[in-house]
Amino acid sequence: MTEAPDATLAVILTVNGERHAIRVEARRTLADALRDNCGLTGTHLGCEHGVCGACTVLMDGEPVRACLLFAVQAQGRAIRTVEGLAEGGELSPLQRAFIDNHALQCGYCTPGFLMLGTAILDRDPDISDEALVDALSSNICRCTGYANIVKAVRAAAAEMREKVPA
Amino acid sequence: MKAAPFAYHDPRSVEEALHLLATLENARLLAGGQSLMPMLNMRVAFPDHLIDLNRVEGLAGITAEGGALRIGAMTRQRDIEESPLVRAHLPLMAEALTHVGHRQTRNRGTIGGSLCNLDPSAELVAVATALDAVLDVQGPSGVRDLSIHDLPLGFMTPSLAPEEMLTAIRIPLPPAGHGAAFEEFARRHGDYAITSAAAVLVLEGGRIARASLTLGGVGAGPLRLRTAEAALAGQAPSEALFREAAAACGSIEAMSDPQAPAWYRRRLAATLARRALAAAASRATTPARQGSLA
Repeated sequence: MTEAPDATLAVILTVNGERHAIRVEARRTLADALRDNCGLTGTHLGCEHGVCGACTVLMDGEPVRACLLFAVQAQGRAIRTVEGLAEGGELSPLQRAFIDNHALQCGYCTPGFLMLGTAILDRDPDISDEALVDALSSNICRCTGYANIVKAVRAAAAEMREKVPA
Repeated sequence: MKAAPFAYHDPRSVEEALHLLATLENARLLAGGQSLMPMLNMRVAFPDHLIDLNRVEGLAGITAEGGALRIGAMTRQRDIEESPLVRAHLPLMAEALTHVGHRQTRNRGTIGGSLCNLDPSAELVAVATALDAVLDVQGPSGVRDLSIHDLPLGFMTPSLAPEEMLTAIRIPLPPAGHGAAFEEFARRHGDYAITSAAAVLVLEGGRIARASLTLGGVGAGPLRLRTAEAALAGQAPSEALFREAAAACGSIEAMSDPQAPAWYRRRLAATLARRALAAAASRATTPARQGSLA
């Protein structure tokens, strides 16, 4: 609980497995804290009212809009951002698929789509075309027209299926 | 697009939350935040105190209780959507939830938040109305029952006193074999509906024993079409019957806003109501005739 409205609170965020001890005002969103306090500017802010999905991150493995959460609410939860997708300097299959399928142009919406796509593939790698389009429709892209984004998620799913023995 | 400063409180119990609510001036409860946070960011809402319910014990969960499902106010929409209990007994709610925002917002959004926010187009408000939900409202003097039909006082205004909070929703189970359907029209899937219709039909011996028909998005609150329901009772389901019942939507009072004029909402309502009734009828199975009282 805070005494004064503009007081800062001590918050510990766990982002991509790393601990970040920060001080933030209660009104700071998780997206703001990731960018300004943790220096992780891969998470983009588009609309700041939950419509565009650009700020999508994973909290305990599930996609959430980081503009609709206060940083203080994320204490004790595992946050994953776009900076956490590559492993040992190697891009994730989905990241590579975005490049190979021209699923980005200006790149503004890309971190949000990558995190959403990652969550979809983690949970339901065999998702139907219809359900995939429905799930991706929560995020807005103003350049590519979505078809290539759908194609990239499909390509990554195929690649990940080949890698994992049944 | 940043919220104005507020004092943040994160109680761990309902009692603590109620105490804060009763003692703090200009306080708001924060549930899933998927509607309140945009309102804070756009500074449509500017509370001095925010009471976060996310760490309060015992407010989430779905249990079967004496012919009803009890859903804690802080139960996430996604958990309700995926609940086997809800899918088995309240298919109307499971179907409607697929229209509520998106996966990211359903991971956070709660049923209690949705009901108390009381957006005219909110799917869960229409569903709770169609299913005659009863709300557990807790205040300094204890818990009271509040019928969902008495919840809306006006546009986005629930009939809760400033020191009260919603703690659970109880929904009487429609009989096994009932048919239900939810239909809506929105500009984009996941957006608030311009108009929606929820139908529940109970068939007995090939005739409609009970009908429930609710419209969302047409006025300040959900609209139960009691006259149409009464006209459906006792009839054999047919396209013509549903068309006639839905025609009642042509004369309802509907609102106009930048998204759609009233006449368009009336036309949508008639079409969606007819489709919802037809789908509900096709999903209903007439229970085997009981030879004698078991």
